[in-house]
Amino acid sequence: MRKNLTQRLLQAVIVLAGVTLLIFVMLRIVPGNPIETMMGEHADAATVARMTAELGLDQPLYIQFFRYISSAVRGDFGTSYSLGKPVSQLMGSAFVNTLILAVFAALFAWIVGIACGICSAMKKNRLPDRLFMGFSLLGISLPVFMAAMFLQYIFAFQLKWVPISGTDSWAGFILPAIALGWNSAGQVAQMTRTTLLETLQEDYIDTARAKGRGPLGVLIHHAFRNAMLPVLTMMTVQFSGLLSGAVITETVFSINGIGRLMVQAISGRDIPLLQGTALLATTVVILGSLLADSLYSVLDPRIRKEG
Amino acid sequence: MLRTKQKRTEQAADLRLQSQIGEEERFGDLMRRMARENKTAVISFFVIILMVLAAALAPLLTPYEENGMDLLHRLSAPSTEHLLGTDEGGRDVLTRLLFGARVSLLIGVVPALLSLILGAVLGAIAGYRGGIADAVIMRIADVMLAFPSMLLAMVIMYALGGGILNVFLTLTLVNWANVARVVRAQTLKLRSSEFVEAAQIIGVSRNRIMRRHILPNCLPTLLVLFTLNIPASILTESSLSFLGLGIQPPNASWGLMINTGRQYLYNTPWLCFAPGAAIMLTMLAFNFLGNGLLDVLDPRMQKQ
Repeated sequence: MRKNLTQRLLQAVIVLAGVTLLIFVMLRIVPGNPIETMMGEHADAATVARMTAELGLDQPLYIQFFRYISSAVRGDFGTSYSLGKPVSQLMGSAFVNTLILAVFAALFAWIVGIACGICSAMKKNRLPDRLFMGFSLLGISLPVFMAAMFLQYIFAFQLKWVPISGTDSWAGFILPAIALGWNSAGQVAQMTRTTLLETLQEDYIDTARAKGRGPLGVLIHHAFRNAMLPVLTMMTVQFSGLLSGAVITETVFSINGIGRLMVQAISGRDIPLLQGTALLATTVVILGSLLADSLYSVLDPRIRKEG
Repeated sequence: MLRTKQKRTEQAADLRLQSQIGEEERFGDLMRRMARENKTAVISFFVIILMVLAAALAPLLTPYEENGMDLLHRLSAPSTEHLLGTDEGGRDVLTRLLFGARVSLLIGVVPALLSLILGAVLGAIAGYRGGIADAVIMRIADVMLAFPSMLLAMVIMYALGGGILNVFLTLTLVNWANVARVVRAQTLKLRSSEFVEAAQIIGVSRNRIMRRHILPNCLPTLLVLFTLNIPASILTESSLSFLGLGIQPPNASWGLMINTGRQYLYNTPWLCFAPGAAIMLTMLAFNFLGNGLLDVLDPRMQKQ
């Protein structure tokens, strides 16, 4: 188990290094000098040359890369070209917003998804099952931007229950979280239903029933715990999906999070900001998957022994 | 019923040609069996055919031109003249939708095919050769898979710039790693199978074994991955275009139509919701068809 974990940790570090390199190289193959783009057409050649030297952009790529890495591990991601502030400072406040959004979305997805999945499994092939599974189908096939705009149109514009955009109050997070969690909720519901139905076929469920446990008791104490394991592993994949979706949700609802910062960085051709945000988001995904893996091996004794 | 991507990928990785499990069943028979057993897949198939026809015959189906501006009738509500209303330039929304289907379907199919080829070749090499080739290819794939797909696509689109060819390239780069991983897993299983060993013993060259024995046996898996990669590509492109990073005007994809329609969401919601519905319908149809293929090609399902 411990050896397994160290191995995974090492693997994560290697992947992270690869990710950093990839982002770095991709952003350097953009044609044109970023300084010229930044200063506009009217900058004179001497100033451009001075700025280029100041930011170290005239150095060979590998030197630039190692400089970037060594300051990045110390928390310095450079200064944003377009916003003029340190990237780490911009990312810090944005990250909090994205985190709140993601946590709310995940909560929505898990509570609604698991509840629907259990109801469906208990009433297999009857009306509630069909209803819930129809909903989850809608959840899975509805692109995030459609869900976001649909919710915004109905609940913020027509019914005026919540603010249209912004995060001045907590109510501002409700719609974005639902829009973002919608898709995952559908997946969780499907997965819960499938694994629960599979688990209910096991012999130990018959034993529990034979001992005189009621259907709800069997479901909660015997089937549910085991059925939750595959649902838990799905978290990894979903977390990465949530961050992808956050880009869209934050744009639609004007939330100042990492995703929106990334979109701003792209439209402002702001390489340090784009580099920092992409790196941060990917790091979070890698760490999340590492966490889910280790959680899984802690929770499932069969895997614990093998490791 | 839709399954999660993870589960479907796992199931696809286990597919084998029917010949390997004994009974030979020709492709035509398989399709007939799917037609009997899975009505949703058949309906989806016809929906897709219908959509392809509508996209191909777009100029014949509508009296309006794709970019025919009519500034006197801007943002008009759905009527008998304009079934889905008009947009901010007075262009007929239904017409734009039909022409947009060309771009969106192309964006579904081309990158799915390219990433399939790239992923299959690299995955087969990694699985069959092993050693350094395996290590290098799979570590690169790991790095690609570590990215949230949307973020990776955004960074690549930034580096390459907008436009349809760059969208193809970006989606290929985003999707190949998953294919490579599945094909590698299957190649590893096939490599130790008896018929590959037999071929090795009689002295068939490595390249020939790969071309004639390994890759053809991965075909059912590849077919399913192809069908399932199409909606994934359409979704990623429409998200990119939604953010203004994908297809550039005057080309119209459904995602771009939503992007421009968003400014008028509150007064003329059909500008967003019509292309949105088209995207949903397409994604559902391809997902159902993919699942139908998966079930009919999966030998374990057959036994039941």
